[in-house]
Amino acid sequence: MNLTNENILTLLEEVKDPEIPVLSLVDLGVITGVEISEDDHVTVNMTPTFAGCPAMDYMKKDVERTLEKHGISNYTVNMTFDKPWDSNKLSEKGRQHLKEFGLAPPPKYDVILDLDILEHVACPYCDSENTTLRTPFGPTLCRSMHYCNDCKQMFEQFKPL
Amino acid sequence: MNEQAIKDLLYKLADDQLILGHRNSEWTGFGPILEEDIAFSSMAQDKIGHSLAFYTLLQELGEADPDTVAFTRNANQFHNSQLVELPNGEYDFSLIRHFMYDNAEIIRFEMLSQSSYEPIAKVATKLKGEVKYHVLHANTWIKNLGSSTEEAILRLQSALNEALPYALGMFEKSKYEQELIDAGVYAGEEAVKAEWLKRIQVVLEKTDLKLPDLTSINPKFGGRYGEHTEYLQPLLDEMAEVFKIDPTAEW
Repeated sequence: MNLTNENILTLLEEVKDPEIPVLSLVDLGVITGVEISEDDHVTVNMTPTFAGCPAMDYMKKDVERTLEKHGISNYTVNMTFDKPWDSNKLSEKGRQHLKEFGLAPPPKYDVILDLDILEHVACPYCDSENTTLRTPFGPTLCRSMHYCNDCKQMFEQFKPL
Repeated sequence: MNEQAIKDLLYKLADDQLILGHRNSEWTGFGPILEEDIAFSSMAQDKIGHSLAFYTLLQELGEADPDTVAFTRNANQFHNSQLVELPNGEYDFSLIRHFMYDNAEIIRFEMLSQSSYEPIAKVATKLKGEVKYHVLHANTWIKNLGSSTEEAILRLQSALNEALPYALGMFEKSKYEQELIDAGVYAGEEAVKAEWLKRIQVVLEKTDLKLPDLTSINPKFGGRYGEHTEYLQPLLDEMAEVFKIDPTAEW
């Protein structure tokens, strides 16, 4: 295989978030960069979604396993805060996959996040914005819990950050 | 920049979060309602993650690895404020402590995100977004309960009076205070405290709770210099109990 940044990113599309198996790490936005040196050493830079996310170590190992599976043995995977993650880094495809999975995607915001937007999260089932924040904490660090006043269902949101 | 000054700053940031993270985790399974059980458990996980980020920066400056630093020191080697080590008490006390602590923590992170010491600035930039949720949670409950029933107001006011001297102890100055300020690493405790008072007042004014006159209160200092209450060592013993059975175990 030709080692290019694009090829590596394509391989990494295979690596999914272990808690949201429809979402690749590339679409999640936690792969912050790929570098290939002249002697074909591959460096993948990653950053955590939430600093305390217990899945990050697993995701890092999954990236390493995937590189090895494709015959790349000369690599380094770094986890850093150099380019910190925020929810605007989720790709459009990733947002669509979240919604299909039944998780409301995080709303996009400009520069500064005002958490008042949590009061009007669109329901992933019926698209109504007539929803109520039940609690900013959910089954994983990256999810909040909401109730849709129209279709009368509890739903979870991938939190804006 | 004096490396000792940076380490001192990192230790106090990391230790506060590790110890409060542990206290928060003690609510797991005991929250007054399911959502609160989940909230305190989630904040525990966040805070322990935040302490790890700062212990990792310490390791890069030559200190031992995060597990060793977290699990093998004794109480007198910890730099956390005494506020975070106090037992959870009842829910009113935990809530008031959470309100006071997180409103200070977010200001620290906002200020540190501008730090001239780049590794701290990067971590703080990331963490301030996460702590926003902790502040939202605390402020929402204080506003709701602080203007609800007589019992709720009475309990919260009594917890507030009890916690306040310890909360003021969070702003104990480091022996490197001026040096850190001059180098643009940290805006300093006075600056954090002034902003903190403004922000907690905004919330308290929407309730029936009153902030006691601060001039009559002696802050509980000492934590930043290793002086702790009788409650810290038992907490550390429990936290490290499993680790100490086999410190070399692979997890």
